[in-house]
Amino acid sequence: MASRCQFENSNDVGVFANLTSSYCITALGAAENFYSVFEAELADHIPVIKASVAGTRLVGRMTVGNRNGLLLPNTTTDQELMHIRNSLPDEVVVQRIDERLSALGNCIACNDYVALIHPDIDRETEEIVADVLGVEVFRQTIAGNVLVGSYCKFTNHGGLVAPQTTVEDLDELSSLLQVPLVAGTVNRGSDVIGAGMMANDWAAFCGLDTTSTELSVVESVFKLREARPQQIVNEMRASLIDSMI
Amino acid sequence: MEPAMFAAGPTGTFMPHATQGHVLCCLCGTSIAPNPTNMCVNCIRTQVDITEGIQKQVTILWCKSCGRYLQPPKHWLKADLESKELLTYCIKRVKGLQKVKLVDAAFIWTEPHSMRLKAKLTIQGEVLNGAILQQSFVVEYVVERHMCPTCNRQNANPNSWVACVQVRQHVQHKRTFFFLEQLILKHGADESCVNVKEMHEGVDFYFANRAHAVKFIDFLQTVVPIRYRHDKQLVSHDVHTSNYNYKYTFSVEIAPLCKDDLVCLPAKQAAALGNIGPLVLVTRVTNAITLTDPLTLRQAVLEAPAFWRSPLRPMMGSRQLTEFYILDSEAAQQGGFGAGSSRYALATCEVARAADFGSNDRTFFARTHLGHLLHAGDTAVGYDVANANLVDPELEKALHKGLTLPDAILVRKSYEEKRRRRRARGEHQRPWKLKRLVVEVGEEEAGTAAPHRGRGVSVADQQAADMERFLQELEEDPEMRARVALYRDPHFDPAAVAARQQAAMADTDEEDGDVPQVPLEELLEDLAALGLQEGDGDGEDDGGSVDMME
Repeated sequence: MASRCQFENSNDVGVFANLTSSYCITALGAAENFYSVFEAELADHIPVIKASVAGTRLVGRMTVGNRNGLLLPNTTTDQELMHIRNSLPDEVVVQRIDERLSALGNCIACNDYVALIHPDIDRETEEIVADVLGVEVFRQTIAGNVLVGSYCKFTNHGGLVAPQTTVEDLDELSSLLQVPLVAGTVNRGSDVIGAGMMANDWAAFCGLDTTSTELSVVESVFKLREARPQQIVNEMRASLIDSMI
Repeated sequence: MEPAMFAAGPTGTFMPHATQGHVLCCLCGTSIAPNPTNMCVNCIRTQVDITEGIQKQVTILWCKSCGRYLQPPKHWLKADLESKELLTYCIKRVKGLQKVKLVDAAFIWTEPHSMRLKAKLTIQGEVLNGAILQQSFVVEYVVERHMCPTCNRQNANPNSWVACVQVRQHVQHKRTFFFLEQLILKHGADESCVNVKEMHEGVDFYFANRAHAVKFIDFLQTVVPIRYRHDKQLVSHDVHTSNYNYKYTFSVEIAPLCKDDLVCLPAKQAAALGNIGPLVLVTRVTNAITLTDPLTLRQAVLEAPAFWRSPLRPMMGSRQLTEFYILDSEAAQQGGFGAGSSRYALATCEVARAADFGSNDRTFFARTHLGHLLHAGDTAVGYDVANANLVDPELEKALHKGLTLPDAILVRKSYEEKRRRRRARGEHQRPWKLKRLVVEVGEEEAGTAAPHRGRGVSVADQQAADMERFLQELEEDPEMRARVALYRDPHFDPAAVAARQQAAMADTDEEDGDVPQVPLEELLEDLAALGLQEGDGDGEDDGGSVDMME
């Protein structure tokens, strides 16, 4: 299910939270509203934690992560790193990396298998990304834009890219990522997809301005209509049984 | 987040083929090419209205009697329906158009009697994330009738005035005013004049506004030597608002010296002007007075303020001019100070009064500044000082100091004889004419106009004579002519005149070709060509002014 939310009157919810299939990190707001939206939706399945990164609330843009790991910028304090490490499940690797482009969420976009990175990112960082997140890494741009994390959002089921992306770019990206992609918008026509929404395999959150048209695009491309955590388990069970028989 | 940027690659590099994709309009879900708002045009229209804040209904004021529109604050603009001017005016009247770009404008037809104008304006404006939207809308103008001040004054009381300029010159002739009239016409100084009234020894100019009167006086100051004083009379007073309503009167006096006047300078002033004179002729009057000593050719210029500090009176005026025959002329060696003047040449002439001719043999010797013009056999006009009854305190003083009066002082060459001869042949018609001001005869003037004055010459005859003399002056003096506008007379037929001249030449062998005339190329196009029909002259006749061409 896709839902709308707002962080202190800002529609750019992707800036203030980081959502993966195995955890969710939200910013420390003045009120609990933002956190409670995630808690209500996700707390039964994955840990939802409140954290800050380098003393800022821009959790979504500073960090990048997937089911396997979480990368933090070098400006993260030890205390924050410790807090996040303690709160996340043991199988999630949390690593602080020394990268000049410290807004990792803007520069890296990933799902559980593939990551697109900013073309100027260090080679060491690229290796760390591949190791920690367990993904295949591609240096890419989205419609000529180097901030791949800002202008697209994709999960294991599908992805949304900025509306200016040409058909050729779209084909290339979707063959790299091996998921269907679609050009679209969030927050009533905004093209900064990554900042305007977040998604995992069964849930998505968009800004409050997102229209129902945009929401329906999000739901269909991320395959959220039938997706529930139990649904995934059922699917897997069915396929396992299929293969066993 | 920073907005998307689409950098085009530098020329020459490989550019992969790019097909623009489609996105769904974020509101209605139709498939559109991506744009900065990512909305389809219809949805943008529903979201934003770039015509917001632009006036859609405007009231404009229109004067029914002259058909002009009010352009605030005060200007009234003449424009036809559906004209370019009217459209410009209409667009200017719409408030709020500064924020957007106007692309197109046109009138939508409306019934003229509906008192509505409709203009369809197309504007472009920036919306949301820098997208430009174009939109058309209709502005309705409600035309309200409102009489403009000009028409209002014309309909209510055309002659109501606030300021009056009373111009006076205390001399016996009207030539200065004829000249002033031409200057006023040429410079359009009577533009804001409400009424012009001819009074005794002068003219009154009436204005609706004090500022107009002051402007008129400023004009007068540049053309004639004047002094003036102003007075005001309280008409009404509002104690609540401290508004005072005055009528202003400016009394303007023109220096009584005219061209050709003979003046005896006071000793002090003669000394101040470089020991000129003391007997001097006035040779030129502009905003300064030029005095010429006929005996030495020396000239002095008296500015208006200097004149009014110690006003001079003419000792003899143009009325006292008598005609002389030149019997002999001998160029005189000129020496001393006045040598610089090239306009004149000093000569000693033997002259005889025209009146004496044939009755006695009295001749005079006269030193004159007209040596370059006068030859034996010519006629000249001048002052017969020897026989004049002179009353002038300054002259008395000068005589006491040992001044010897010359017998005659010649003023200018006379063409009277030749003119008379021409007139006898019927060749007196001038190829040019002047415009005239519409002048109303004042009460005092009207009162004195009917009975004959002193020597049995009526005021009208006197004025006609002054006018004729003024026209002759114009013919004789190219400098003076340059300051006024002369127009071609449509009734003048050069061919007929030439034919008559041929015939005259055959009859008599008298040559009189040197009568000064205005070269035809100096004349301006006909009055009619300037939109002034003969019929416009009605006002002049009503005004009682002399018809100059008769």
